[in-house]
Amino acid sequence: MSNDVTRKDQLPMYGLTRYKLFFLLPGLLVLLAIILFPLLFTIRVSFSGWDAMTPGLGWIGATNYGRLLVDGRFWQSLGRLGVIAFTAVALEYTLGFALALLVWRQIRFRRLVRVLFLVPMMTTPVVMAVIWRTIFHESLGPVNDLVALFGIAPVQWLTSPEWATFVVILVDVWQWTPFMFLLLLAGLLSLPREPLLAAAIDGAGPIRTFVNVTFPAMAPITVGAILIRLIEASKIMETVYVITSGGPGTSTETSSYYIFIRGLRDFQIGYAAALSITYLVIMIVLLTIIAKLLAKILVKAEG
Amino acid sequence: MKFGRLACLASILAMTTSSSALAQGADYSRFGIDQDVPGACSYEAIDAKDYSGRQLNIITHAIPVIGEPTALHAKQFEELTGAKVNVVHVPFGDLFQRILIPFQTGQNAYDVLFYGSLWIGDLNPFLAPVPEAYQNVSGMQDVTRNYIDVAKWGDTMVQYPVDGDRHYLKYRTDIFGNADAQAKFKEATGKDLVVPETWEDYNEVAHVFSGWDWDGDGNPNYGSAEVTKRDDLMFSAFISRAAPYARNPNVKGGFFFDLETMEPQINNPGFVKGLQLFVDAAKDWAPGGANWGLGDEIFAFGGGQTLMSYSWDDAFVQAQQADSPIRNQVAAAPLPGAHDVWNRDTGTWDHFDEVSRAPYITWGWTSAVSNRSTSQDMAFDYLCFFSNEANTLSDLQVGRFGVNPYRKAHFDPSLWTDKMGWDAALTDTYVKTLAGMDESQNRVFDLRVPGVSQFMTSLATGVAAALAGQQTPQQALDGVAAEWKSIVERIGVDNVRDAYARVVALEDNL
Repeated sequence: MSNDVTRKDQLPMYGLTRYKLFFLLPGLLVLLAIILFPLLFTIRVSFSGWDAMTPGLGWIGATNYGRLLVDGRFWQSLGRLGVIAFTAVALEYTLGFALALLVWRQIRFRRLVRVLFLVPMMTTPVVMAVIWRTIFHESLGPVNDLVALFGIAPVQWLTSPEWATFVVILVDVWQWTPFMFLLLLAGLLSLPREPLLAAAIDGAGPIRTFVNVTFPAMAPITVGAILIRLIEASKIMETVYVITSGGPGTSTETSSYYIFIRGLRDFQIGYAAALSITYLVIMIVLLTIIAKLLAKILVKAEG
Repeated sequence: MKFGRLACLASILAMTTSSSALAQGADYSRFGIDQDVPGACSYEAIDAKDYSGRQLNIITHAIPVIGEPTALHAKQFEELTGAKVNVVHVPFGDLFQRILIPFQTGQNAYDVLFYGSLWIGDLNPFLAPVPEAYQNVSGMQDVTRNYIDVAKWGDTMVQYPVDGDRHYLKYRTDIFGNADAQAKFKEATGKDLVVPETWEDYNEVAHVFSGWDWDGDGNPNYGSAEVTKRDDLMFSAFISRAAPYARNPNVKGGFFFDLETMEPQINNPGFVKGLQLFVDAAKDWAPGGANWGLGDEIFAFGGGQTLMSYSWDDAFVQAQQADSPIRNQVAAAPLPGAHDVWNRDTGTWDHFDEVSRAPYITWGWTSAVSNRSTSQDMAFDYLCFFSNEANTLSDLQVGRFGVNPYRKAHFDPSLWTDKMGWDAALTDTYVKTLAGMDESQNRVFDLRVPGVSQFMTSLATGVAAALAGQQTPQQALDGVAAEWKSIVERIGVDNVRDAYARVVALEDNL
């Protein structure tokens, strides 16, 4: 009798699981096809010598990986990317948080301001890069005209390594600060009001409230926002392609741009695949470490 | 009976005569040409072809440069022959892989290809030889030596000439001929202001005319507009500057490499001197001039901001546009040369009392038919039609089309003075400069070998590093030479040498 009861209880559960799998399977298969197949294929290509002269997946072992280990230009591009990405994200986070705090309060035209702040994020990166290049054009762009009004000589915005790096960072900050703003504003709006009220009752001023209540409460959102932006910033490509072509010299050449040159300009498909996989592994490791560090510093400290 | 036969013969004669008259009198001016030029590629000849029910697939550059005339003539070809012509436009940065990948993956994607002629080293295995019949058409017979050479791989013509490109010097005649400007230059240098003969002279002239308003429009002007943006054809600008110091008319057997040893020459003192002069010029460029692409150079010179420039025809054509502020105030001249040229055989500098020039027959647009195409007859007819005398005459007059002179007929001054309203003296400098490049025995061609993109990317990166002050010219080019060696090893020394031998044959006039 008990076995019959057990079997009757199990049968519906088993049937339900099958149905779940049945409905999930198409989506899972598509996901696998879109994500897993290209990744596996790229790994396979990275062990081939595919280039303009030698098409196909001819096996060359780890030759490409050996080559990239001594490819100083690749490692320099990674270092450069780190500087650009970290600086840009730090600025985006600071500005985004400041804007979110501003709009979080009851200010006039709050809704309009919120929409305006989002406009940069809604524009096409390539189109904006062309516009920024025109703006910073050293002969014809308006920025040097503005600078001249203050008696300053034309600045080498795109022809000096330092200024060119600044411009690349500036364009990224302009475009993606709204993203930070959006995430952080959503976080602020979801904060429980009681701790803030308690701080007010205790006589804490705005700065103390921010430092002791708001910022720690925002820690989980902060970690998520910074990680997402770091992942995106590390792929920076169109800004470099349009504005500086990696120059002057190689001063703004990021890893993505370098991989683009090797893969699509030089048509060294096998080598570019090896660069891509190596870059992916490095990013996964680095970002995992950063995520754990951020969680440790921000989230656990708050706890 | 006899009368009947005579009447029959007469009517046949009348029909033949009238149809012939009709054919001769057929008006193709609705296609935008002045007059059809008789021949195998003429409108009339193509009109007689019937390709109904057949499709031709063409890949070409984005509109307008070469893409617009491709589309225009494709439409005309459709109307004349009944063929369906499918034209795919691709930005330059994607063109190479969009052409190569279908070949490598065994697809028959395109019948006709338009691309940069320097890619012949990579693409030649996939190109159909131009049949003898097309080589014998009047238009092809009139193509100049330079562009027949560019179209060949060894002794086989595999590219169909549709454009002629070269680098030459362009300068403002109104300033060079201005007494105040001449006086200023004399005061600054002690020399007369003349068209620069060497790159040292060029830099000196550019220096004197940089940073002040010499055309009275209220804005500062500069001496030189140059293509300096890394990855935007800057490698070609460097070759123009370095060629006369490294291409020694007394030394055979290779300019970029020593053909015998395949040792890169790119870091020899000749090239280093060229790069040093390029770096020295930077201080006199307009703000941002160190990051100018070809488009910036075209509009900087063509818009009147700079005194001189050198590169393709485009800046000159821009200057001669109907609405240009400097129309008919420019002239052409050969690229500056050098008095001292490196001799890699003796390891010393050779001095030339008369300036040694090395005309750079730079890459330009070309076309070809895929050897996988099942419509090669139609494909060659299309290219024949595209480049027929009437169409080319029309295309040359539209600057944005990117079609530049490549036939002897194009060096007829009346084409430019009568049809395009160019000043006679200006036209004289233009045709003489271009024609002179064909006659030179000291020409430089692009590195038309497999993997050319890798070599040129490496070169551009090295030159950019020197221009940015990250490395000295010697350090930069030593780095390039080392990378070129590893590229040669990867591609295969014999593969590169076999291809490079063909370039050397052109340069050594073999």
